[in-house]
Amino acid sequence: MTALILFYIAGFVTLAAAILAITRTNASHALIYVVVALLAIAVIFFLLGSPFAAALQIVVYAGAIVVLFLFVVMMLNLGKSSVDRERALLTRGIWTVPSLLALMLFAVVLFALVSGDHETEAQARMIEPKEVGIALYTKYVLAVELAGVLLLAALVGAYHLGRRYLADRREEEETS
Amino acid sequence: MPPTEHVLVLALMLFCIGAIGVLVRRNIIFILISLEFMMNACAMVFIAAGAKWGQPDGQVMFMLILAIAASEVAVALGIVIQMARRFRTLDVDAVSELRE
Repeated sequence: MTALILFYIAGFVTLAAAILAITRTNASHALIYVVVALLAIAVIFFLLGSPFAAALQIVVYAGAIVVLFLFVVMMLNLGKSSVDRERALLTRGIWTVPSLLALMLFAVVLFALVSGDHETEAQARMIEPKEVGIALYTKYVLAVELAGVLLLAALVGAYHLGRRYLADRREEEETS
Repeated sequence: MPPTEHVLVLALMLFCIGAIGVLVRRNIIFILISLEFMMNACAMVFIAAGAKWGQPDGQVMFMLILAIAASEVAVALGIVIQMARRFRTLDVDAVSELRE
């Protein structure tokens, strides 16, 4: 019963923080709300009996990915002008059509969920990190290697895109 | 343990919020944040399914999604830095040179 109450609280916090994050005009404020939402999702993962996934969610998502975002936002040094432009762009009317489309998507999938059969009962047990590790390195070893190749490709791509000379060459072309 | 259907509805709501963000916002940082929410919603569905059947496969898929999200963010933020250097803006509408 306590788990259920905690789940609803965490779910509410997730949705509220997500809505606040996508409606902010200042990027660094939005990222703080993203951290809150990700931590609430980690609580939900823990309640679902996946402690390892909850830990990874905090370490990798809230700890690494959001910090990467924050570094970029701070490096670009977006001033008050960008906040003002965002505020001018985000009128009330701009939200209606996308919200309607998303609401239709929500209604369709909700209907599919409600009309389905729910005969199997959820098995309430913790899935230990040991089991996850065994599955990861026996059944899914090929997927792990593919993920490694993907991360290598991302590393090379990020290094190439982050190099300064790409921008310099363009400036040279403009001046010549 | 929370009922699987309720977790799925929550993940669906989170996905819809992310979709609205991608459609509405023109600032590329906010579009990337919305994409993160959508990816997190997918990860939540995997965890919920894994918990329902009592199998570790859901968490394995979660880790793969984590790897995909990390590589996507790394490349996308490289593009953001190039965009800020070349166009001096983060507005995605400004970066439509291919059209001209």
